[in-house]
Amino acid sequence: MIDHSKLQATASAKLVVDGVSKWFRTARDTVHALDNVSLDIAEGEFVCLVGPSGCGKSTLLDIIAGLTKPDQGRVLADDQIVAGPGRHRLVMFQESALFPWLTVLGNVLFGLKLKQELSKQDRLQIAHDHLKLVGLEKFAHANVHELSGGMKQRVALARSLAPDPRVLLMDEPMAALDALTREQLYGDIQRIWETRRKTIVLVTHNVREACCLGDRVILMSPHPGRVREQFRIDLPRPRDINSIELASHARAVTSALKGYLVSGAEE
Amino acid sequence: MSRAIHGTLFFLGLLAVWQLAVMSGRWSPVLLPGPYSVGEYLWGAATDGTLSEACIVTMRRLLIGYGIGLLLGLPLGMLTSTSQFFQDTLGSLALGMQTLPSVCWIPLALLWFGQTETAMLFVVVMGTLWSVLIATDTGARSISPIYARAARTMGSEGLHQWTRVIIPASLPYLISGMKQGWAFAWRSLMAAEIYVTILTGFGLGHLLHYGRELSAMDQVIGIMLVIVVIGLAADKLLFSPWERFLHRRWGTGLLQG
Ligand SMILES: Nc1ncnc2c1ncn2[C@@H]1O[C@H](COP(=O)(O)OP(=O)(O)OP(=O)(O)O)[C@@H](O)[C@H]1O
Ligand SMILES: [Mg+2]
Repeated sequence: MIDHSKLQATASAKLVVDGVSKWFRTARDTVHALDNVSLDIAEGEFVCLVGPSGCGKSTLLDIIAGLTKPDQGRVLADDQIVAGPGRHRLVMFQESALFPWLTVLGNVLFGLKLKQELSKQDRLQIAHDHLKLVGLEKFAHANVHELSGGMKQRVALARSLAPDPRVLLMDEPMAALDALTREQLYGDIQRIWETRRKTIVLVTHNVREACCLGDRVILMSPHPGRVREQFRIDLPRPRDINSIELASHARAVTSALKGYLVSGAEE
Repeated sequence: MSRAIHGTLFFLGLLAVWQLAVMSGRWSPVLLPGPYSVGEYLWGAATDGTLSEACIVTMRRLLIGYGIGLLLGLPLGMLTSTSQFFQDTLGSLALGMQTLPSVCWIPLALLWFGQTETAMLFVVVMGTLWSVLIATDTGARSISPIYARAARTMGSEGLHQWTRVIIPASLPYLISGMKQGWAFAWRSLMAAEIYVTILTGFGLGHLLHYGRELSAMDQVIGIMLVIVVIGLAADKLLFSPWERFLHRRWGTGLLQG
């Protein structure tokens, strides 16, 4: 078993999204990607964003990360206005975004090397601990292209967790994986979340996945992107994605989602 | 091992064809000397020191000119890749200049600098600079923005982002740009040495030129062989290690595996 006490997390963050709007201007027209979106995310909460394609989930995540600037409104992390990316809010992208010029270990060390307060041994220790956490300690010196898609996402998870961010933002991290690998990764994520208590925002297309992982599922609708409905998922953890209780929650979310798709088309 | 054998057999075969062509007697030995007389010339030139001296003179010019071209081309390419203004100005200039064969710089270099080392270097730098600049620009442009985004969320910015993310990410393009730059430098230096006679140093190009003046075909062919061998050796020594590194890390070029 892995000794999680060494990896005990520092405090996670409270996130406030306050009246955020975003427009994208292209040569042909202007897309209203987000319209007055407000969210309160508690410390250590696991929130899932679902919604049809193009409803602004990735845009919202980028704005929370500080990678994109909102046109209106603001984002607060721990009562501080988010003005740019910072290493307290790490992002895990749909493709792994691992650096091909570094080994697996080098990738996990990348964020750690930017923390001046750590010694070299500390960094190596933390990196190895995190590779162990995702079950890839044997692949520390492998090259990125030698890993499978699921392994890459696990390395990306280790890389995001190693610098001990307060917030983890995940944009469809499991979209490219097969069902079995995905279920494994659900297990990993739940286990890590239980022990590390990060604030997590996860974007997904998969309603079941959202109900399996989230404390709360936030449903968004497109044109313009808005928050339409929120579902609290009060199921005991660890959750099994195939359980019946979970399925009933998922059904509720799905029917709401379909409702917005239909009404969206009529508008 | 078998690769070495294949290579050796192939080149021995070429030598044999050459020798047979000479022995057939269809061409005058003045125009087509045999491998033996070329070897004899090379041996003589090697033992009396002309060959090594010419090689040193040529390599010095090449390395200095290539070095200057790289030192200018790499940062300028980075500049054009990040700024629309420099792309529209310097980038367009580079595109135009790259289409100009480097021999075309020789008249200008002669008028500006006279028959000097500077003229020589100028031609080599002009041959290298633009292609390195364009390759670097293309490289930095084609890297996936997701790398920079991931790095920024981990706290990387400014110089750190350049040295740890953008340059390593564009390494495959940089290497091929440097390789292309090398080829251009080599070609332009040979052109310059053949056309420009200067007294500060006799390079391989000059030996080639005087070979023609003296109708010494064995010298012409011998020096051409030396030029080919140097080009091959440079490729193996300068670029192969990098390409192997790329192959291992990126997993590219697996078809040649
Ligand atoms: N850089 C951009 N330039 C122009 N339009 C953009 C840009 N990024 C996003 N958009 C537009 O904003 C809207 C929201 O995009 P976003 O990527 O946030 O959607 P999403 O909910 O993540 O969709 P998906 O589920 O397909 O990933 C879309 O209509 C998209 O076309
Ligand atoms: Mg998206």
